[in-house]
Amino acid sequence: MTIALDVGGVDAAGKFIDYAKPEHPALIDQAHSLDELFGVVNVPTGIWIDEAGTIVRPPEAAWPGRAVFREMIPAEMPPDADPWVVKALGVTKQIPTAPEKYVEALRDWVARGPESPYALSPEDVVARSRPRPPEAGLAAAHFELGQHLHRAGFPDDAVPHFREAHRLQADNWTYKRQAWSFADALQRPNEVYEGDWAGDVEKMGPENYYILPDF
Amino acid sequence: MILDSLAVDIAELERRTGWALKPQGACKAEFCVPMPAHDGRTIDAAVLTERLGMPLVPDEKHGLWALGPDTVAGRALASAEAPELVLPDRNGEEFRLSSLRGLKVLLLAWASW
Repeated sequence: MTIALDVGGVDAAGKFIDYAKPEHPALIDQAHSLDELFGVVNVPTGIWIDEAGTIVRPPEAAWPGRAVFREMIPAEMPPDADPWVVKALGVTKQIPTAPEKYVEALRDWVARGPESPYALSPEDVVARSRPRPPEAGLAAAHFELGQHLHRAGFPDDAVPHFREAHRLQADNWTYKRQAWSFADALQRPNEVYEGDWAGDVEKMGPENYYILPDF
Repeated sequence: MILDSLAVDIAELERRTGWALKPQGACKAEFCVPMPAHDGRTIDAAVLTERLGMPLVPDEKHGLWALGPDTVAGRALASAEAPELVLPDRNGEEFRLSSLRGLKVLLLAWASW
């Protein structure tokens, strides 16, 4: 099943779903409840759940087959390219991905179930899930207020809550990128938020952008 | 969980967070925390903050609060039992994660941004 973390709802995610014509449940999570319920902090993220409803792999970076964003990086940039875009693409190239290994592990679990070495014990699932200090709980509460107010027609009143969520949980990229997208479609520097995608990823280190599965 | 009152509906609390109020306290999976007496329908948000580490954030302009997720376990997952998830599809029809019992599920989160 796929779940779009989009405060914009059908208006934002609908055209992608329609184009893909999925044969699986394709849902929309406007409130980013996956962050609160599972500890999701970025996309794309995969969670494996067995037939009994037990999680066997907690949220991890997941590209079942392709790291699509790599295919969007041009071989050469035009000489008059936006400097921020050039920077962003340079940062993007440094982000590690492992799509082939992910598919291999996924297929093994599908075939072998609990006998697969990639299916974790309940204890390991909990231990590998995101730490949740009080600041992360506060961040979730602020983000929830922000998305609620944004959807209710008060986008300016949402901003302070989004900003606070970013401050409290600086490595939650769904909170950041969702809010930035309302200020600038490319998530470039803007007057509303302190951060931007390329700058924040560069500061944190591209190698830390995704939580790669430890297979 | 968005609140317009600090008296939290117990049924809604369970639906949204998975925490159920039982005689032995507030319970989620096999984890239970003792709770003070309540009227069976609502519980004071301040108690949830104190006992379950659920932060309470106000928005005074709009007369709302957000009750954040519990931090009592120190991890996003207190157990490996998948929480119930109810979300709409692009046509607004609700779908429950629990309806997929009996199948292996790859839950894949993505976004248009």
